[in-house]
Amino acid sequence: MPIQYYIILSLALFCIGIVGVLVRRNVIIVFMCIELMLNAVNLLLVAFSKMHHGIAVINDKATTVGTDAQLFVFFIMVVAAAEVSVGLAIIVMMYRNTHSVDVNFLNRLKN
Amino acid sequence: MNKIVYLVPLFPLIGFLINGLGRKTLSKSLIGIIGSTTVLASFIVSIVLFFDVKAHDAIIVDYFNFINIESLKVSFAFQIDALSSLFLLIITGVGFLIHVYSTAYMIDEEPQHYGRYFAYLNLFIFSMLLLVMGANYVIMFIGWEGVGLCSYLLIGFWFKNDSYNYAAKKAFVMNRIGDLGFLLALFWMIQKLGTANYADVFAHASSLSSFDVTAITILLFVGAMGKSAQIPLYTWLPDAMAGPTPVSALIHAATMVTAGIYMIARSNVLYSMSEVTMNLVAIIGLATALFSATIALKQNDIKKVLAYSTVSQLGYMFLGLGVGAYTGAVFHVMTHAFFKALLFLAAGSVIHAMQHEQDIRKMGGLKKHLPITHITFLLGCIAISGIPPFSGFFSKDEILAAAFAKNPIYWGLGVAGAAMTAFYMFRLYATTFLGTFRGTHDQEHHLHESPAAMTIPLIVLALLSVIGGFVGVPEILGGHDALKSFLSPVIITEAEHHIEHSTEYLLMGVSVAVAAIAIIFAINKFSKRPELEDATGFGKVLSNKWYVDELYDTVFVRTTLAKAKFLKNIIEKNIIDGAVNGVGKMVNYSSRQLRLIQSGLVSGYILFMVLAIIVMVLIWVNDGYIYKFFSTLF
Repeated sequence: MPIQYYIILSLALFCIGIVGVLVRRNVIIVFMCIELMLNAVNLLLVAFSKMHHGIAVINDKATTVGTDAQLFVFFIMVVAAAEVSVGLAIIVMMYRNTHSVDVNFLNRLKN
Repeated sequence: MNKIVYLVPLFPLIGFLINGLGRKTLSKSLIGIIGSTTVLASFIVSIVLFFDVKAHDAIIVDYFNFINIESLKVSFAFQIDALSSLFLLIITGVGFLIHVYSTAYMIDEEPQHYGRYFAYLNLFIFSMLLLVMGANYVIMFIGWEGVGLCSYLLIGFWFKNDSYNYAAKKAFVMNRIGDLGFLLALFWMIQKLGTANYADVFAHASSLSSFDVTAITILLFVGAMGKSAQIPLYTWLPDAMAGPTPVSALIHAATMVTAGIYMIARSNVLYSMSEVTMNLVAIIGLATALFSATIALKQNDIKKVLAYSTVSQLGYMFLGLGVGAYTGAVFHVMTHAFFKALLFLAAGSVIHAMQHEQDIRKMGGLKKHLPITHITFLLGCIAISGIPPFSGFFSKDEILAAAFAKNPIYWGLGVAGAAMTAFYMFRLYATTFLGTFRGTHDQEHHLHESPAAMTIPLIVLALLSVIGGFVGVPEILGGHDALKSFLSPVIITEAEHHIEHSTEYLLMGVSVAVAAIAIIFAINKFSKRPELEDATGFGKVLSNKWYVDELYDTVFVRTTLAKAKFLKNIIEKNIIDGAVNGVGKMVNYSSRQLRLIQSGLVSGYILFMVLAIIVMVLIWVNDGYIYKFFSTLF
């Protein structure tokens, strides 16, 4: 499949993620959108890794081009997991203090 | 001898500092003594210097480099030669007499004002000494400005009266207009010759083009017009009578107003090179002499008559300068200092006796009550009218003879002016001292002769007015004109005129006769029927000073005030204040708008972050493709 399809899909998922972060009021949905952005990037990385490997394998059967991108995907997943755990802890604290998960409630920095 | 030159201006400066700083702590008598003895000390040193200069050459003492830039070197130096030593004697001598007179005249003031008065008077003497002692035009200008300042301070001495303050301001502003001319001349001179030293300028004067010389001399004359009250800058002098009478005597009769004549006499080399300027000086001098004499005919304030008389006599001096009789003009300065100071001080004595009444229509018959004042005033009047053998005759005659040699019309008009002078002076004398007293009974009881501190200077000045002319007796009357030979090293371009002896006798005779007739006519008319009513017809024009003040007011004063009002209301208030306030308002407005960004909403912050990233990506992606595109546009 031509690489453009993967790019467009990844782009679409990324933009949906960004808009979701900006617009949604429920903080858990915001987190889901952050995950969405990260996963869109993962998708892109894997797609490009496959593309570069496919191009290089034509010349050399035992080439290792493209493995670094897949490794990077693992790193991203690890970071996402860590970040989610910390984030959810913060959400729990927020709920305990304000009894809501509305982002707009936290406006003590106003003015 | 060089070592004592600096003492001459130093003494009055010390007197100024002591009296000025200690005016609230010293007693009146001590202030008076300090003020007077400093001038006396300067006078003694001036006498020593005078005899030294008479026997030997001029002294030039260089103290330090005042201005030292590139090619312009102006040093703070004093030049004591014949001309300046003569002026030194006049300034310190007459100044000392006036200081002594003031100790009694100003006695009614509070100590701190008394001290302020003597401080200013000493400062004036100091500035005037600087003016005449300078060895270059820059030091002269320092003194020039200083005397203008002191004139302002002393005219407005009784500062609580607003009209006196206006008079002081008027004097200063008109002086300043003249100063502009002086400065321009100074700059021109420095530009063309690279120096302002008298010795250097006069030595190289022939290298100037005739346009340069004419321009410089005319501009210097503008300075003299302001300082010495010639047309058109003379209206400040009559108003300056608002100051105390000794001030009028010192500043506006004997010394400050003669600064212009000193300057032109000093620059005689330059003036003689320019025929145009000489004619201008003579014509303006003559016009001023006649114009102010006509005004004096109808004035009723004793000091105003003397003020216009001063303007008129200054006109004669400039006439003398303009026809080349530099020595004659300087001679007239000397004799005028004597008799005009005498007249002013005697008028002060009268005012003092009349308890500050100055209108001559309310005086009369004062000769029985004020004998010494009467005799000295009479002697002064005779001197100013040019009756021999009094001093005024010799000096005025020298000028008129030179005027005749230049152009007989000048002589004719000069004699007409002399006739008017005699007439209005004896009108003043007769109305004040002869006849019967016309004041109130209360005033009559109070009339008394002035104390010795006031009468002794009057007597000394009267003596000088009588015998002071003998230093300049011309050859045809048997003398040997000592003054001319004394001043000849300095005044080198004196116009030599060769009128036949018989003509000269005739000229003298005519002027004396005309003056005598005027005197007899005036005494006859005014001792019997003094002019008590207000003037009518043409007399009204004269007594209103030809409406010159009103003219200046409409043309200059009102327009300047209107301009100032426009600048204040429109430019200052709207534009400048608007700009300053506008900055404040803008800061306020923008801060209010910017505050809205800090909404406290996290999503808002993230939005900005995303927008910033987008912009950064756009600028730098593809090797800055878009950045390069925009930079080629600009």
